[in-house]
Amino acid sequence: MEDNSPQLSNTGPKPEEMVRDIRLMMERSSRFISLSGLSGIAAGVCALAGAYLGRSILAGYYGEYQSRGFFSGDDFSRLKIKLVALAVVVFVVAFLSSFYFTWIRSKKKGVALLGPTSKRLFWNMVIPLFAGAVFVMGMLRYDEWRFIAPASLLFYGLALLNASKYTLTDVRYLGYGEIVLGLANMFFIGYGLYFWALGFGVLHIIYGSIMWFKYERNG
Amino acid sequence: MKNPITGLNKIFDNRIRLGVMSILMVNEEISFNDLKQMLEVTDGNLATHLVNLEENGYIKVKKGFIGKKTNTTYSMTKTGEKAFADHIAALEIMIKGVK
Repeated sequence: MEDNSPQLSNTGPKPEEMVRDIRLMMERSSRFISLSGLSGIAAGVCALAGAYLGRSILAGYYGEYQSRGFFSGDDFSRLKIKLVALAVVVFVVAFLSSFYFTWIRSKKKGVALLGPTSKRLFWNMVIPLFAGAVFVMGMLRYDEWRFIAPASLLFYGLALLNASKYTLTDVRYLGYGEIVLGLANMFFIGYGLYFWALGFGVLHIIYGSIMWFKYERNG
Repeated sequence: MKNPITGLNKIFDNRIRLGVMSILMVNEEISFNDLKQMLEVTDGNLATHLVNLEENGYIKVKKGFIGKKTNTTYSMTKTGEKAFADHIAALEIMIKGVK
């Protein structure tokens, strides 16, 4: 089992201990390691709930189309607003709930949530995500729906890959998963919601469970 | 400064000084408070060791302000980098020798 909150050794400096201390300090000062697995699980649950709601909204829309026989422009713009609002709500709830569990964990470990490591992690994550968000909004502006799920999965995966240099390296595998799903989705256009649920829901839950099991099970 | 037998740098015998140097190897610049938090030491203790490292020319001190609060940041000098690299090389030799 890996030691979660390593302490500096107390005895006199033997070479092995010195090397251990050096490595520990380099790690502690360059990576934010209080990310909780529970945060991943919480985000995954939010995403699955969001995908379910999204599916029912879409089902309602297509149901009306079936019964009336044509699409009306009004219906379409209402659908657009509903889905975007849902996405925003899901994002906010997922962010807050994952923030909560990481906050609890960092409190337990006695590490400040706002340190140089968390700041670095934040910016390295936010910049690719922001680029992705603008890109997706650009597509929405032209009513280009087909590539929204693949694009959000890809940008998120790349953001995670970048962020993995500043937090638990395991995050990189979650990033790989999102990238693979995003690319695969390009060949199954129209199933975006399912890929989205897989990537943001199922993968998060699997990743979070593994992380919790690996690092947090024993305290 | 160097221990003639092992080649280890005596200044880095102290865990806090060793910690400061390790942190500065991977962070271009770091504040007093961040150092304190990472090393889990008291203000006075940390300050003493920082003065020691500064007097040896291993670290540079920059005093600034964030609003009205003082914000002192530290960074490594070329001399410090060299000394730390030599220390690690000596540690490596020692560990290899033991095995």
